[in-house]
Amino acid sequence: MIELSHVSRSFTGRNVLDDISLRIRDGEIFALIGPSGSGKTTLLRIIDLLEEPSQGQILFNGSAIGPGAEDRLLARRGIGMVFQKPVPLSTTVFGNVAAGLRFRGMKGDALAGKVREALEVVGISQLADRRARTLSGGEMQRLALARAIATGPGLLLMDEPTANLDPANSALIEELILSINRRFRTTVVIATHDLPQGQRLAHRLGVLDRGHLLQTGEPAEVFYHPGKPEVARFVGVENILPGTVTGSSDGLTTVSLGGAIAISRTELPAGTKVLACIRAEDITLHTSKEIRSSARNLLMGRIIRVASQGPFARVTVDAGISLTALVTTRSVQDLGLSPEKVVSLTFKAGAVHLIPTP
Amino acid sequence: MNEIIDGITQAVQLIVTLDPEVVGITVLTLEISLASTLISAAMAIPLGGFIHFREFPGKRALVNIIQTLYALPTVIAGLLVFLLISRAGPFGFLRLLFTPAGMVIAQVVLVLPIMLGLTISALSGVAKEKKDTILALGATELQTILTLICEARFAILAGVALGFGRAISEVGAAMMIGGNIRDYTRILTTAIALQTSMGDIAFSIALGIILLSIALLVNLAVNLVQGEGPRD
Repeated sequence: MIELSHVSRSFTGRNVLDDISLRIRDGEIFALIGPSGSGKTTLLRIIDLLEEPSQGQILFNGSAIGPGAEDRLLARRGIGMVFQKPVPLSTTVFGNVAAGLRFRGMKGDALAGKVREALEVVGISQLADRRARTLSGGEMQRLALARAIATGPGLLLMDEPTANLDPANSALIEELILSINRRFRTTVVIATHDLPQGQRLAHRLGVLDRGHLLQTGEPAEVFYHPGKPEVARFVGVENILPGTVTGSSDGLTTVSLGGAIAISRTELPAGTKVLACIRAEDITLHTSKEIRSSARNLLMGRIIRVASQGPFARVTVDAGISLTALVTTRSVQDLGLSPEKVVSLTFKAGAVHLIPTP
Repeated sequence: MNEIIDGITQAVQLIVTLDPEVVGITVLTLEISLASTLISAAMAIPLGGFIHFREFPGKRALVNIIQTLYALPTVIAGLLVFLLISRAGPFGFLRLLFTPAGMVIAQVVLVLPIMLGLTISALSGVAKEKKDTILALGATELQTILTLICEARFAILAGVALGFGRAISEVGAAMMIGGNIRDYTRILTTAIALQTSMGDIAFSIALGIILLSIALLVNLAVNLVQGEGPRD
């Protein structure tokens, strides 16, 4: 288990990481999610002991790593790292994968065996004798992965593992991350700005924004119950509306959102100032007068805007409050959705997540 | 005009017929310059590796001084070594003055800053990501330096070749320390200086052609090696 305790890092007075406390469990895939410049890379570098925190400490299985270069080297040898832009050493693919093993004093058949095994795991055995700098982007990423796992690390760190890859190669790398985690029980920490990727791969997520760790939790928890407005925005909640709780009963909370009333399953006392978060895909649009829906919330309004985005469209409706719903482009055509049209909106109480605000 | 054409004709003859004196001077020149190049490289490359890798106060100033010494006048290097190894100097007992070994020392003094400086800048030219990659793969400090040197081998080799070029072409220090003694410390450059002043133009041109050819060959070899090397 890796534990970061109040870790801060500043460069020339600027705080890149601010008081990060975090536990990463053995054998899990943990995704650090955040926009560019949020401090993900620095955090990975601190975990890899390439950089020292300005404050706080990092514990591996409960013990701190001594300040000596020797101790840090020993700890680092248990970690594999794939950088955002992997660079090849100017030798063959084989030589690249062998480098880490050679640093540990391995040679001969044992070395060749380990290298072959690692190349096989990532599926580039046939490239062993190629000059590494002639590889394509996808191949290079796989080489970097093979190089990192060849030494059998207990912890694998990956910085934006698919940021520079096409969709096919991205999917391949994601498959590899999952299979390495399953097969070798390797703890994996990936840094990514790609939210769906975090959702697909990670057992747990940590949302990082401008050096602050805003929330950690399982993907569903972070996605559907963001703890802070910044997290809500980052995980793609489009409707974030200020309001006040007016009352609650039977596990249902009524909240006044200014121009409309909504029912939520988040239990909070009356009078609490909140932000109501409603995901666009949780709102259903209707054009007929008769609505058969079990949803607790029903609002009427006039369409303001229809923004088409390939197979889906974002339809913004003025229903006293402005709400955006995600609709398939086919439905937009079938229902004849266009500005000025009057529609009904329904969404479940469970779709309304409330974040208390001070 | 005729004198020059005659000189060139005779020079070619001297070279083609492998004139013993010409061959002797050439061999000695190569021995001395190669020795000083190898000794300098053996010192400059590891030292440059540590200077590049380690952070210490005054590092910048040190690198600046090293770079300034690229332009160290050969006669100053000669004077310095002369003071050290002449009879009255601290190393006078070694009797190195007017010997090939003394010349090698003088050339090392001359060439070391160039190789050291070019090694440091060659290592600085290696992408920072490579150093991180090597460290992340679990390399010790020494392994990191060696791997970085290996990564920068083509640029470092170019520095070594440049050092060799300076060693083989300098005349001031060789004259002061070697003394231009026939069949003992007379090398291409000092021989050219002497023969020209004595009016033996043909001999000078012959040696000049050889000196230029050596420089050309070294340059070609470096280009060939770098052509096969990486572009990064």
